[in-house]
Amino acid sequence: MTGRAVSTPTTSQSWFSRLLRVREVSLVALLLIVTLGTAAINPLFLSFGSLKDLFLNVAIIALVVVGETIVLLMKHVDLSISSVVGLSAFLSGSLFVAFPGLPLPLVFVFGLLLGAVLGSVNGLLVAYGKVPALVATLGTLYVFRGITYAVVHGGQINASNLPPAFLGFATGSVLGIPNLVLLVLVVMLGFGFYLGSYRGGREYYALGSNSEAAVLAGINVKRRTMIGFILSGAIAGLAGVLYLARFGTVDATAGTGLELQVIAAAVVGGVSINGGVGTLFGAGVGALLLGVMGSALVTLRAPGFYQQAIQGALLLAAISFDMLASRSAARRAAKSRQS
Amino acid sequence: MTDLQPTAALQATPSLLTLTHASKSFGPVQALSDVSIELFAGEAHALLGENGAGKSTFVKILAGVHRRDSGELQVGGQDVNFHSPGEATAAGIAIIYQEPTLFPDLSVAENVLMGRQPLAGLGRIDRASMRQQVAKILSELGVNLDPARRVRGLSIADQQLVEIAKALSLNANILIMDEPTAALTLSETERLFRVVRSLRARGAAVLFITHRLEEVFAECQRVTIMRDGTWVSSGRVEEYDTDKVVRQMVGRDLGELYPRSQAELGEVALSVRGLTQPGVFRDISFEVRRGEIVGLAGLVGAGRSEVARAIFGIDPRETGEVRLGGHVLPPLSPQTTMAAGLGLVPEDRRQQGLVMDMSIERNANLAILNRLRKGWLMDRKAETDNAREWTQKLRLKAHSLSDPASSLSGGNQQKVVLAKWLATSPSVLIVDEPTRGIDVGAKAEVHRTLSELAASGLAVLMISSDLPEVLGMAGRILVMREGELVGEVSRAQASEEAVMYLATGQHKRQEGAA
Repeated sequence: MTGRAVSTPTTSQSWFSRLLRVREVSLVALLLIVTLGTAAINPLFLSFGSLKDLFLNVAIIALVVVGETIVLLMKHVDLSISSVVGLSAFLSGSLFVAFPGLPLPLVFVFGLLLGAVLGSVNGLLVAYGKVPALVATLGTLYVFRGITYAVVHGGQINASNLPPAFLGFATGSVLGIPNLVLLVLVVMLGFGFYLGSYRGGREYYALGSNSEAAVLAGINVKRRTMIGFILSGAIAGLAGVLYLARFGTVDATAGTGLELQVIAAAVVGGVSINGGVGTLFGAGVGALLLGVMGSALVTLRAPGFYQQAIQGALLLAAISFDMLASRSAARRAAKSRQS
Repeated sequence: MTDLQPTAALQATPSLLTLTHASKSFGPVQALSDVSIELFAGEAHALLGENGAGKSTFVKILAGVHRRDSGELQVGGQDVNFHSPGEATAAGIAIIYQEPTLFPDLSVAENVLMGRQPLAGLGRIDRASMRQQVAKILSELGVNLDPARRVRGLSIADQQLVEIAKALSLNANILIMDEPTAALTLSETERLFRVVRSLRARGAAVLFITHRLEEVFAECQRVTIMRDGTWVSSGRVEEYDTDKVVRQMVGRDLGELYPRSQAELGEVALSVRGLTQPGVFRDISFEVRRGEIVGLAGLVGAGRSEVARAIFGIDPRETGEVRLGGHVLPPLSPQTTMAAGLGLVPEDRRQQGLVMDMSIERNANLAILNRLRKGWLMDRKAETDNAREWTQKLRLKAHSLSDPASSLSGGNQQKVVLAKWLATSPSVLIVDEPTRGIDVGAKAEVHRTLSELAASGLAVLMISSDLPEVLGMAGRILVMREGELVGEVSRAQASEEAVMYLATGQHKRQEGAA
């Protein structure tokens, strides 16, 4: 037996390359730099009102990111979420119009169930129909949106149609933290715990890391894929109800384009599009970072179109980062094997 | 003849697994017929055979991947019938493949215990206890591996150990290892055998599939030899010597499948000098003349295809020179290489040789698209003419040239690949496993085509694991082992034994040991 190190010694790696491994660390650092940098130029950026607005803006994206992350971990993608948000928002509103006295929790349950049903369509297509997720959910993105247009029929839901208690939920807060943000945090924590510490949660990682090995490990890949898409749909359905509560006014275009922001947030947050890698914490920070960038640019009076360009640049930087990190990891592995 | 006679020493121990008279066919191809084996607790058993002898099919039957057509399988004295890999695992059979199937993004501990992680309160995974469990298994194996480490980046040897740890955590007592040492260094191999000895000491049976005979004699107690999908012999390792093993692995007649080319040898067409790529192949030098078919033999993994790819310029080469008809070819430039007149018919027809969904015509024209242009556009007539010319010369059997390549049989697909390269009017053609997965009749057709091409002055370098094919077709045979060119066998000396000795390194190592 030679002295070849069997486990990679961490001491031989530079501080920087170890940091590369923990994407969340560099993300939080970047988040702090942007936030403090902007605050240095305009102290109002850190005012209570401004921060509250920021978190409220990020909340819905951060919620949908939870479901999208689950799907991305399985090496799939769910493009249909924006249409699920839109349909759920409009139908929840219509429910209030039809039954003004409806208890609030029922509407949330309705949103969840509607989303779960729509998600199960994606799940069936991908897990059992063997349709690539990109194509399947692109299809349902249009189908669900089409259904919304058909149902809406040119009309829209206005805040005046909604019970004040429902609108009050969105604006209300506990200890200064908006209800919406609290709810999203609870969902994120719950799912973060589930993905990290439960057998079922770990299966999403296993599946995306090597689906063949997952079959050999006795994982029911079809069932797990199905559940993943149902969760993604249900969470988007819930987000639709929150969207209605926050904005009050909803028409057939509600949520359009959300899917790309959500995927961008997840990928910036270190969730790999190749599956098996990423955490909800990272994805949440990714969503926050994109939100902070956006409002920082507004605070700094940068023209609006820069915001999208910077979002795109951040996405490209994140992906290049992943490629470089994995390539250097491969080189290190090759080197340790030779020595 | 296939009744097994366990020797006295082993008769006392119970048989863990008995497979008797197993057969398996895939369509018209009989992959296994009447194969039997018995595994005893505490033994290492070697399963030997040439490439294509049916060893992999055999393993897949035990693994529950394939279902046998006939025969009985008993595990621990019970009749069993596996319908899925899961059932084989539950019966205590673990397979360690040459390339382990693991989750690269997850930790070693999670890979070992996926789906069976220890739980703490509220059904959540107890990470600390998971790591402890795996650390315990790894230390029992005498392996220094961090359970918390991610699997990505682990060497193949370490990944195999993770698989073995997984097998132990499942209480498997029958371990089947498919060429485990093929990709390992010497020290890694030693470590693996140390682990195997400790497994045997616990009463497990280990079935080895290997090409390295010295390992068989050093580490195994019993041997089973297969040839052409049939059982040849089983017995204690003491009853065998290298000669007997090689003779039994090879022993068959050369059919008349191999028309030798009658061409006069011309000038040197391809000359390779000192080709080296560290870790892949070293100091490879040879020449191929016009009108000559030179065989390149060796075991799978000896580096033959890698040399071919480096000559062609797809893979890198660090030092060495490749000359084609006197011109030096630059490394990593397939375009220049093609233009200079070298063609490569790759090993994997379906992945590398053809675009399966594209028409036969398009596939046949793929290498000379530039020549079939009229200005900026493709010349439809030239395309059709070229495809027709070559497919007719090679007697391709196809319904229509506009059918997709995937509609053809294996032999005819190979002809399309040949047509594609012949259209470039090459002076040298490298063919890598030209008849793999092709039935006997089509094989003869491909052989005839290659012979005719050589007779017309083409220089052919033929890589093949099919020894009778190499012996039948080639005028000279170069033999590679572990990245080195270890010898050349002339047509006069050529025999399967001579090639196998070189390919397995037996002569050399025995002399070294003496």
